[in-house]
Amino acid sequence: MKTRIFRSAEDQTGAGTADPTHAVRMGGQVLPAAVSEASETAGDADRIEAAAESSRQADQTVVATPPTGPIKIAARDVSVFYEGKQALFEVSLDIPDKTVTALIGPSGCGKSTFLRTMNRMNDTISGAKVTGRIAMDGEDINDRSIDPVLLRARVGMVFQRPNPFPKSIYENVAYGPKIHGLVSAKSEMDGVVESALKRAGLWDEVADRLQSSAMGLSGGQQQRLVIARAIAVNPEVILMDEPCSALDPIATARIEELIDELRERFCIVIVTHSMAQAARVSQRTAFFHMGRLVETGDTEDIFQNPRERRTLDYITGRFG
Amino acid sequence: MNQHTVKAYGDELNQITAEIARMGGLAEAQVADAIDSVARRDIALARAVVERDLKLDALHRDIEKKAIRLIALRQPVASDLRRTLGAMKIATDLERTGDLAKNIAKRALILAEGEPMQPLTRSIERMGRLVSTRLRDVLDAYTASELDRAVAVWQTDDEVDEHYNALFRELLTYMMGDPRTIGACTHLLFMAKNLERIGDHATNIAETVHYEITGEDIVGERPRAQPTAEDSDPTPNLSTH
Repeated sequence: MKTRIFRSAEDQTGAGTADPTHAVRMGGQVLPAAVSEASETAGDADRIEAAAESSRQADQTVVATPPTGPIKIAARDVSVFYEGKQALFEVSLDIPDKTVTALIGPSGCGKSTFLRTMNRMNDTISGAKVTGRIAMDGEDINDRSIDPVLLRARVGMVFQRPNPFPKSIYENVAYGPKIHGLVSAKSEMDGVVESALKRAGLWDEVADRLQSSAMGLSGGQQQRLVIARAIAVNPEVILMDEPCSALDPIATARIEELIDELRERFCIVIVTHSMAQAARVSQRTAFFHMGRLVETGDTEDIFQNPRERRTLDYITGRFG
Repeated sequence: MNQHTVKAYGDELNQITAEIARMGGLAEAQVADAIDSVARRDIALARAVVERDLKLDALHRDIEKKAIRLIALRQPVASDLRRTLGAMKIATDLERTGDLAKNIAKRALILAEGEPMQPLTRSIERMGRLVSTRLRDVLDAYTASELDRAVAVWQTDDEVDEHYNALFRELLTYMMGDPRTIGACTHLLFMAKNLERIGDHATNIAETVHYEITGEDIVGERPRAQPTAEDSDPTPNLSTH
């Protein structure tokens, strides 16, 4: 049986309850009795149907087909509040390593909010509170012992608009390794910069002007520079928040090609508004709606035959 | 199903479905008229069937064009993609059905020149009616998105095969009894084979409808008619679906 229904997070590992760092924990969703009964007694088909029925009633059931391969990030019961207003509701999602996972959904669905929880970017927003547990390689990233700065070196981020520092191309890439003390000698740094630029597919275009300002590069080149900057510190995870939305189709294609190459080494999570892009670059897709995870599974399944009606309506352009 | 946010997209998909319905109606009529032309030795009707086949060919091309255009401009996914590809496949099955009906009508023209072969043409008529019903059922299942009805058509393909096998034996007996009937019987035999192929196309359409609705292939055993041992197998393993 491939498809599994997660009931909110109560049938998960129980992670989160044992987490002492969170004073507040959201209670598990109370599901209609019919579902809990069905999940115990009836066959899988009935369970899916019962779950679908309950999702129509409450829009809270998650259809999750688990990924194959090792899990890099395991989110359990993650909720986010901004100034007391809940933006994300008990999201439980497994993100496999060396895979591109696309987060899709309409504006305000919580996908970017969820992305930001994975390198604790929400810590920087005053009034924001995150509950639940996010484990990277089994380790709770919200644990007090974790230094967010070091975490962000392990979990790099690429934003919608390229944001190079107003410095030279070389310094942009060298900055991370320098502040994290990853290299000591200049010659070593040259090697790190070159290899990061090569992996980002930018080396051939900038090799002869490394000391020129990064601000002189085109948008697509700047975005690849930012990716080079992210991978220069040897991260494990790269988060991308609509990395191509400010780029033209050719630059977009180059970034997508780059993402496909990078997934051999990194765990990549990308938020995108372009469903075609999600279908092109990702192997796993998670669909969010109104702050909840609705469905997650292999990208090819989601785009060929999604299980949830809301997913189908969204990807076929029938929303609302 | 909800409306597409882009209304023109939904309209285009509906147009393709409507054209399939039209093409289906025409193909059904072609089969029925071809059979009638055999039964009634109606030369005018047989000629009309041959001529009308051009219309089916044109509809087939048109549906294909519309589907390709929709894929290029709208990039359909999931159920919309299955619907688009399903329309292309069904249009091909219907076009082939039309060709087979035309073939029957052409043979009807030849048969009309000879002596009537009453009991044999009645057997063809019966088989023709069975095949027409299956075609109508599966096309209704398509327009109404009725999964059960499509599956029922798929499961009963053996009825057509049984009919074909019986007709084969009947014709063989005739030919052995009176070699002067060999010419006419051979035409009737080809007609029976054509009808059997039309039945196969109905089965193909049932499979397409199932895939379109569920996203999954039909699974399970489909009953198959077994030809009797002493026959030189009238339905050798040339099944194409």
